[in-house]
Amino acid sequence: MIAILDYGMGNLRSVEKALEHLGVDCRIQDDLKGADKLIIPGVGAFPAAMERLAPLSDEIRRFASDGGPLLGICLGQQLLFESSCEVEETAGLGILAGSVKPLPKDGGLKVPHIGWSSLCVKQNDGLLAGIQDGEQVYFVHSFWTDCADPSDAASLTSHGVEFPSAVQRENVWGAQFHPEKSGDAGLKMLENFAKC
Amino acid sequence: MTSIRIIPCLDIRDGRVVKGTQFVNIRDAGDPIELAKYYNDQGADELVFLDITASHERRETVAELASRVAEQIFIPFTVGGGISEADQIREILLAGADKVSLNTAAVNNPALIEESSRRYGAQCIVCAIDAKQTGDSWEVYLHGGRTATGLDAVEWAQEAVRLGAGEILLTSMDQDGARDGYDLALTRAISTSVGVPVIASGGAGTAQHLVDAVEKGKADAVLLAGILHDGVSTVHGLKEEMAAAGVPVRL
Repeated sequence: MIAILDYGMGNLRSVEKALEHLGVDCRIQDDLKGADKLIIPGVGAFPAAMERLAPLSDEIRRFASDGGPLLGICLGQQLLFESSCEVEETAGLGILAGSVKPLPKDGGLKVPHIGWSSLCVKQNDGLLAGIQDGEQVYFVHSFWTDCADPSDAASLTSHGVEFPSAVQRENVWGAQFHPEKSGDAGLKMLENFAKC
Repeated sequence: MTSIRIIPCLDIRDGRVVKGTQFVNIRDAGDPIELAKYYNDQGADELVFLDITASHERRETVAELASRVAEQIFIPFTVGGGISEADQIREILLAGADKVSLNTAAVNNPALIEESSRRYGAQCIVCAIDAKQTGDSWEVYLHGGRTATGLDAVEWAQEAVRLGAGEILLTSMDQDGARDGYDLALTRAISTSVGVPVIASGGAGTAQHLVDAVEKGKADAVLLAGILHDGVSTVHGLKEEMAAAGVPVRL
């Protein structure tokens, strides 16, 4: 069973409906009980998210270090990292090394980065198995995750800066975009997670 | 590189899709979910559902519709019409919508933009602006073009973004339904004066109109309805023509 973590931040139903569409056993819940796999979704601001996630953060870290498959989506990917400067400097879960930074607003590019952009695939197993290089997926974000170890990037995308649009380190995966809103390619990624 | 988004708009009345020519002579054009799936399969990048009579007739929210759409459609969609409270927005977002579009309520109560943007994030707050040319500028209208506000469209767009709107859905009341092209001057005026994406709306007739909205109007996305609902064009066909003209699209 995949637990979709409800910590009061954002659009859980979309992820759930996409998984249900794929026939995957999933549940929205506010803890990790009975979870074989964990999805941390989320939209909104980093500090508020960490505040709400605080009571579960030790358990999430333990789940990940025990090898439990973990997928962070959008803000959920950002929360996997050590810190973010959104609103104010805030510590994250620290499961992956690196920090969350704002997309540059200069250079004529609009922020938030909203829309379909292509993936330069770096790791074609796991989350992005079967996904073609150049595949376009749907983004809505103003911040990006700067991986301390560049090899954690599963794909790269450019929007004023070249950023890791997906991350993957063993059992810990992240997508800065929304697979649940990225059409067939996104559904394929969720299926990859469900089958991993 | 972010692709230019092609966004079919489904105007909803009594649970059915309609498209009026300059907002009168409304006629039925289908079931929202069926049409949404049809456009999804054609390669639509996003969908917008607008309850066009909502403000006027004080209709209930479309959270239920949002929920039904979210069960079958796995691309982003926006819901608008008659939304006047932050709690309504929460309900619609939790039902699976990605964004809500605010129009009349935002003008009447700009604090709604601020509050909802702070609570749910700028990325899900779309400020819809219906504008009509008056002399050298454009005025904001409400209630599907029935009520003038005295607000300058460019100034209102800037204010909405300052308050926290993450996107502007800009409809030219003069061009809506005319199928002879978007109001390029209006689109450019707004797009170059705000730092958030602008969706051009009103007047799409051909692929060249979409290309012009992007290249001359500086639009980040184009909204269209009539030419799709009538079967005159398909999303995929329009995208192929746009790609041939050098516009980045998702094919």
